[in-house]
Amino acid sequence: MTKQAKRGPVSSTSSADPRALWEAELAAARLRGAEFSTVSQSPLQALYGPAEAPLDYERDLGYPGQFPFTRGVHPTMYRGRLWTMRQFAGFGSAQQTNERFKYLLGLGQTGLSTAFDFPTLMGYDSDHAFAEGEVGQVGVAISSLEDMQRLMDGIPMAEVSTSMTINGPAPILLAFYIACGERQGVDPRELRGTVQNDILKEFQAQHAWLVPPIPALRMITDVMGYCAERVPQWNTISISGYHIREAGSTAAQELAFTLANGMEYVRRGVAAGLNVDDFAPRLSFFFDSHIDFFEEIAKFRAARRIWARKLRDEFGAKDPRSWMVRFHTQTAGVTLTAQQPENNIVRTAFEALAAVLGGTQSLHTNSMDETYALPTEKAVKIALRTQQLIAEETEVANVIDPLAGSYFVEAETSRLEQEALATFAEIERRGGVVACIDSGWIQKEIHRSAVLYQRAVELRRKKIVGVNCYEEPDGDATPLELHRIDASVETDQRARLADLRRRRDGARARRELEAIRAACRSRENLLARFVAAAHADCTLGEIADVLRQEFGIYKEPKIL
Amino acid sequence: MSTRRIRVLIGKPGLDGHDRGAKIVATALRDAGMEVVYTGLHQTPEMIAEVAVQEDVDVVGLSILSGAHLSLFPRVRKELLARDMGHVVLTGGGIIPAEDVASLEQQGYAKLFGPGTRTEDIATWIQAEMQRRWSDEGAAR
Repeated sequence: MTKQAKRGPVSSTSSADPRALWEAELAAARLRGAEFSTVSQSPLQALYGPAEAPLDYERDLGYPGQFPFTRGVHPTMYRGRLWTMRQFAGFGSAQQTNERFKYLLGLGQTGLSTAFDFPTLMGYDSDHAFAEGEVGQVGVAISSLEDMQRLMDGIPMAEVSTSMTINGPAPILLAFYIACGERQGVDPRELRGTVQNDILKEFQAQHAWLVPPIPALRMITDVMGYCAERVPQWNTISISGYHIREAGSTAAQELAFTLANGMEYVRRGVAAGLNVDDFAPRLSFFFDSHIDFFEEIAKFRAARRIWARKLRDEFGAKDPRSWMVRFHTQTAGVTLTAQQPENNIVRTAFEALAAVLGGTQSLHTNSMDETYALPTEKAVKIALRTQQLIAEETEVANVIDPLAGSYFVEAETSRLEQEALATFAEIERRGGVVACIDSGWIQKEIHRSAVLYQRAVELRRKKIVGVNCYEEPDGDATPLELHRIDASVETDQRARLADLRRRRDGARARRELEAIRAACRSRENLLARFVAAAHADCTLGEIADVLRQEFGIYKEPKIL
Repeated sequence: MSTRRIRVLIGKPGLDGHDRGAKIVATALRDAGMEVVYTGLHQTPEMIAEVAVQEDVDVVGLSILSGAHLSLFPRVRKELLARDMGHVVLTGGGIIPAEDVASLEQQGYAKLFGPGTRTEDIATWIQAEMQRRWSDEGAAR
């Protein structure tokens, strides 16, 4: 506590210490509740002052674009360029998603973000038995280079940056994308975008895996190595807290597990013989923006500070770009309600504003109808317009890190940093991230938080409008027009695959698959082999089958 | 009134990886005194039906958030019927539009629960449903 704060201004009406006076008034008053906490159920004080935010400005905050980047990764932030408005989209066939992409670009969206269906996410072709009923449902079905070509048809790949939410089979989909660019006449050096490629959080939270952790991590270092040389503008991993949070974690757990995963990738890259500064600048991050406005802003700021300190001081990175947390944000799907769904527009707006005030590099805003189905064009348009409204009307983008110096926001930033550091130590004590996945510890921690939150909602300690307060009798009737996926998507996709298998050079495809098998058994870079296999029209499922045969199938630990 | 503990199987059919809801419901039903088996992720309809037989469950609750419910829910029911498990109470939940809920409820699913449901309401519903069935069985004897 500073001297100034301790004494405080002298009251003209009382000789009592003003702080003590205020505390007495607060203690005597009737309050709305006995306890106040964040949505993560971290206790909150009624008031924050200098004592709660003891900062050394240069050490803890610094300047935008400078270590430790608490105030943002670019010197100009949104005065230079606004965040990338990137709506996650994908459904049905490649052609349908291509049309949605063009619709979004036409509305002023500035980057693409691809959602794949579950068969694609799990490395199965659309005609596999496990794919029955799932093709094109939660994302687009991409089983081959030709599907990727249909997806990107008429979209200039040298100009648009594309994010692909794919993990287990990420190297294969990236190979399709690189090969697709080559067929469009685009040099891989010009391609810009991101593959999520974050397998650790798949085992922890999102659960779309292909092979067990160790070979999966080897494929990730192969991607980092290949791209450092040949696709230098590509973000090789988007280290994601989003799914951890959506699975039920607290804000502090999201922050801690995500950054712990990030550090594990750095260790693996270094262990594979890469120089940290050759790949760390291409690591990017992806966070949730939940409904607790200040806790989220503090989380984004803490993420930057923690990573910068770890990378510089523990991993010895010299390139300032290695120290930076550049991140994408998505508003929190779990906060959307099926009841009174139009209210979701408002929730999303608050969450988007938190992401912007937290300094995000790109943003997806959820649509109001997503507790029922994939969004309609109208719902997506409102979600995108929400971002444009923040950018163009509110004037919040004019001042960098505007909440810095708020005692509360700084105290929360430091609190989240301290909780993350404690969790890193706990993970270390338990043998590291992979050991914590194998034992199910991280999964159990996330589940425990999900249960605690659900209890708080059911006890009405945490309120959700339309769900446990301000309910309406018909609040959960579906009043919206929904987006439906036609069953013909699956039959058409099966027919296209059968046709591709007939047309292609079968002997060449088989040779490429055997070359992948050989590479699995050696140290040859697998991504290089996948690109060659893509050009030979090997399908996703065929390549993934070789990987499953060579590396085995992952079995999740029983946690319940 | 029966004192037998209700046996529930919570299943995740298909490739869907969203298990927050399934695990919360499994935990809540256990807390409500039921015996709960959770299948884990990525189960085929056949696998779920097999576990239902092995565990001799009274209730099968399925969770799907992947849009594949119109395909997977009926297939699980078919596999259960093929194993002479037509007596189990079929229920479930997830991201399921209202008209699909109506359709599945006509196809043998006793009740489907949507987002925002209190776990206590699910437990109460299952208990009431089982009491009703057990008293019907008692009357039939």
